[in-house]
Amino acid sequence: MRREGMRPFGGPGGRIGPRFHFEKVEIKDPWGTLRKLFAYLKKFKWGFIFVFTLTFISSILGIVGPYLIGRGIDTYIIPKKFDGFLNFLLILGGVYLLSSFIGWLQGYVMLKTTQKLVFVMRRDFFNKIHSLPIKFFDLRPYGDIISRITNDIDNISMVLSNSVIQFFSSITTLIGIIIMMIRISIPMTVVSLVTIPLTIWLTNFISNRTRNYFYANQTLLGKLNGLIEEDISGIKVIKIFNREEKEIKRFENLNEELTQVGVRAQIFSGSIGPLMNLLNNLSFAIITGFGGYFAFKKFISIGDITVFINYSRQFTRPINELANQYNMIQSAIASAERIFEVLEEEEEKESTDIVEIKDIRGEVEFKNVWFSYVKGNPVIKNVSFNVKEGEVVALVGPTGAGKTTIASLVARFYDVDEGQILIDGIDIRKIRRKDLRSFLGIVLQDTLLFSTSIKENIRYGRLDATDEEVIEAAKLAHAHDFIINLPQGYDTVLSEDGGGLSQGQRQLISIARAILANPKILILDEATSNVDTMTEKYIQNAMLNLMKGRTSFVIAHRLSTVRNADMILVVYNGEIIERGTHEQLIIKKGFYYNLYMSQFAEEVEVKD
Amino acid sequence: MKKLIRYLKPYTLFAILAPLFMLIEVICDLYQPTLLAHIVDNGILKNNFQLILHTGLIMLAVAFIGVIGGVGCTVFSSLASQYFGRDLRNELFKKVQQFSFSNIDKFHTSSLITRLTNDVNQLQTLVMMSLRIMVRAPLLFVGGIIMAISLNKNLSIIFLFSIPILASIFLFIMKKSFHLFSEVQKRIDYVNNVVRENLVGIRVVRAFRREDYEKERFKYANTMLMNAVIKAIMLMIIAMPLFMLVMNLSILVVLWFGGLLVNQGNMKVGEVMAYINYMGQIMFSLMMIGNILMFVSRASVSAERVLEVLEEKIDIQNKENADKTPIRGGKVKFEHVYFSYFNKEESVLKDINFEVNSGEIIGIIGTTGSGKSTLVNLIPRLYDVTSGRILIDGRDIRDIDLKILRDAISMVPQDTILFSGTIKENICWGKEDATYEEIIESAKIAQAHEFIIRLPQGYDTVIGERGVTLSGGQKQRIAIARALIKKPKILILDDATSALDFATEQKIIHGLRGIIKNCTTFIVAQRVSTMMNADKIIVLDKGKIVGFGSHAELLKNNDFYREIYKSQIDEEVMKYA
Repeated sequence: MRREGMRPFGGPGGRIGPRFHFEKVEIKDPWGTLRKLFAYLKKFKWGFIFVFTLTFISSILGIVGPYLIGRGIDTYIIPKKFDGFLNFLLILGGVYLLSSFIGWLQGYVMLKTTQKLVFVMRRDFFNKIHSLPIKFFDLRPYGDIISRITNDIDNISMVLSNSVIQFFSSITTLIGIIIMMIRISIPMTVVSLVTIPLTIWLTNFISNRTRNYFYANQTLLGKLNGLIEEDISGIKVIKIFNREEKEIKRFENLNEELTQVGVRAQIFSGSIGPLMNLLNNLSFAIITGFGGYFAFKKFISIGDITVFINYSRQFTRPINELANQYNMIQSAIASAERIFEVLEEEEEKESTDIVEIKDIRGEVEFKNVWFSYVKGNPVIKNVSFNVKEGEVVALVGPTGAGKTTIASLVARFYDVDEGQILIDGIDIRKIRRKDLRSFLGIVLQDTLLFSTSIKENIRYGRLDATDEEVIEAAKLAHAHDFIINLPQGYDTVLSEDGGGLSQGQRQLISIARAILANPKILILDEATSNVDTMTEKYIQNAMLNLMKGRTSFVIAHRLSTVRNADMILVVYNGEIIERGTHEQLIIKKGFYYNLYMSQFAEEVEVKD
Repeated sequence: MKKLIRYLKPYTLFAILAPLFMLIEVICDLYQPTLLAHIVDNGILKNNFQLILHTGLIMLAVAFIGVIGGVGCTVFSSLASQYFGRDLRNELFKKVQQFSFSNIDKFHTSSLITRLTNDVNQLQTLVMMSLRIMVRAPLLFVGGIIMAISLNKNLSIIFLFSIPILASIFLFIMKKSFHLFSEVQKRIDYVNNVVRENLVGIRVVRAFRREDYEKERFKYANTMLMNAVIKAIMLMIIAMPLFMLVMNLSILVVLWFGGLLVNQGNMKVGEVMAYINYMGQIMFSLMMIGNILMFVSRASVSAERVLEVLEEKIDIQNKENADKTPIRGGKVKFEHVYFSYFNKEESVLKDINFEVNSGEIIGIIGTTGSGKSTLVNLIPRLYDVTSGRILIDGRDIRDIDLKILRDAISMVPQDTILFSGTIKENICWGKEDATYEEIIESAKIAQAHEFIIRLPQGYDTVIGERGVTLSGGQKQRIAIARALIKKPKILILDDATSALDFATEQKIIHGLRGIIKNCTTFIVAQRVSTMMNADKIIVLDKGKIVGFGSHAELLKNNDFYREIYKSQIDEEVMKYA
């Protein structure tokens, strides 16, 4: 079907509007996408079958009405006999009432069905998000994903609710008319179908273009969404660097691209109607020409030819509709393509030989672990270490050395390339991610809070926690004091991205959240970097209590924080270059010693 | 809605041409039946083959003109509506770029996204639909009524009943549906919001195994949206069959009275049939108009939402006649500065007074939530003071042109935000025309050069939307390089070294001194050691300045500072030292 594979937009630039270069995007397998869309429709087949039945009935009623009027005029008005005229009118009224009722019912069922379908599609899409590996999100603009779940799914729903009924009713009408035409004259019917191949070719020609334009349109809309999202999230930096104009320019360029693609999509799809009209008129001219000739040759009666011509006029409307709807469906395919792109992404898989674990002791072992975000550029190189149950491990080292990556690997945000990570001797890839994470409490480097109340944010750590437990956790994290000083206390609703609270306060809340989770293994990644040192000290004391009986990974730059650790791992350039307790490492006078001394050297000078 | 029409103004020509071309198509369409009748009556019935051919050719010519009309209408209506949408989006984006944080908080990011895309799309579609059907439907409607009245005045009394009924159904539905559709748009916002939060917080969701909880939350948002859509469209679904019923019943009445008139000999049968035909035409045009009006009610919700953004009062903007003289020095003075977020909460900053000289390094230290970040955010006017004033070189910053002010200030915010693009592009944010040497120079001072050149693509490494493949510390260093390349008069490091180790941090701060002379530098930090060499240190507690002076002075005179210092100094170090 893809004749225009090389030139998805039918020639360079086009002649409409200013010259513009588009990013060439095209749907590779439109029919495959359509099939997948049908698979979705199938789930609601009863709804659609019901609607089709109703459409069929209402098509018939649509013919019965005018027919009855004709009969009424013939039997009552022309002979001027009005006996039973009132009854007849009542029957006609009944038909109209029924027809309106069925029209309503049809719309109602269709509405419910399409909305359910869209609901399921959105649900599937959202659920899919949570089955995809973290890697998927690392490089994708959020705005584009949001655009798919709203704009694209909306588009599909619109096309379905507008086009499907029309499409079906056009087909019904078309079949009806063809039957009538065949009954009058088979040769004439053949003649009137002569332009059909041309119609199909033209429809195809146009919709091959519109499909790709629609797809480009939706893709660009997604990009635009991404840009808006990025620029609103980063507005602080934009303001500080006076970048408003640049960003506006960037937006305008993308917007222009969207507009140009949009114009082309609209023009191509909008031209289908008039072009079909032309074809119909051509067909009509052919019919009259042949009809006249046949009548002249007495192959056909003049009366028949008149009726036939009238039918062939009626013939055109459903064909127009069909071409139009076919074209609209292209836009649904374009959107569906973007939905299925995500739905078909490879999911995070769990191993086939899952080990069921109820509880863990908390022993963690890294065995020759290698890992890279980008192939060929390992960020963790041959890392091995062993942490016993209840020990506190501190990861220190310069930034970018791989400390956060090591922590992410324990949580299975990513899986190792080579080597093994073992918990209680079991390879963590044999433990379901969810099971594994149920033993972990993590405080991440970027504090992410949700736009609900503070209470609910802390409760995120353990959903069944009582209010008392939430407050208890907040107290341990030293968040309680500032929270109760807020006007609404624990019920203060955080604005988006936690604005309104200071970064340090947000960290305290996320610590409370991790405390509440009561995990077996605790991972603190720069958990207190924006908290003042006095508060930190208080939290540390609480943490010390908390860490008892738990295996803990602590990443911090303040070496004072790590001094009490059972084992310190010095990470440098993805490798562990030193390990041991604080005392051992100090005596060793290596990297750690230098790091430690440099931090406090100046302080000591001043103090002296 | 009317206020948005002005965005169509530059495309008045298109907006006029579209219906004109449509007129051509309509005329051609109306002409065709006459030609057809001619062919049948004079050609086929009279066996005049010549006439058939002749008229057939005319029909084709007319059809061809009709196509030009139809395609022309499509072209111009597409151009008008798409350009209208483009301008509206640009205008909205420009406006949002001026928004202050409280403006954004008021709308929420996700809602702003919906307004800029989804809502504009609704309006764009409305413009297109109107331009395409604007001529056709009213023409058919008015034409139909005129023909009907000229056929028979008495019968036309029926319109006096049916049209008010139809109109009131219209009005009722439009009034009701406005409210319903505004609910739909709100719930789209909400769905957007849940999705966005899940994407931004994907690691938290995974770490706390809240996938199911989030799925439930989404299910709720999704269900709410579905119900709102069903409720709104339900109204529309009732409308069409109701219109048809009213019109069909009118036809019944016409049939009844028409029959009586025929019986009295006051009307011909053919006229009754023609009358009924016209009523069918009127009904058809009414349906078209109805369809558009339905869409109008949805679009007017969107119009309102778009206007809300366009008409939002921006609370931080340039004064009229703002001073455009560049900032030469970096003398900063706070005078009785009070600040509270959203004007309702307790003051975050209370009576802040201090003065620093050009080129000084000022450390700001204090407990969590004491207002350190807030204080420095006031300097580039990310927020405006609630009362009091801030002076730079003796000028109130609210009198200085915003662009000039921010040009002189560079800042590394607490949460590192990088943009999609290469590392080089990100650093160049600070100075667009920076040379390669300048980029490397500032990256070197920010201690970023070394790790950058170790990346496979070096400075051309593309970082994702949030630069996720870089570590927190690496991102911070790029952000510092970005701030340094600007060579500002005032530099603000808002806890910008929190993810850096001590040695790196010290290297950066030492490097700073060398490169930026006469640059007033504010360093917000948790560690005393970060700012020990500062000329002055501001100690904040609960929004008030509780200490101001050099490290040595504060250590001597200030209990609060001493306490912070002690909490950080390590007895162990003393032992080894």
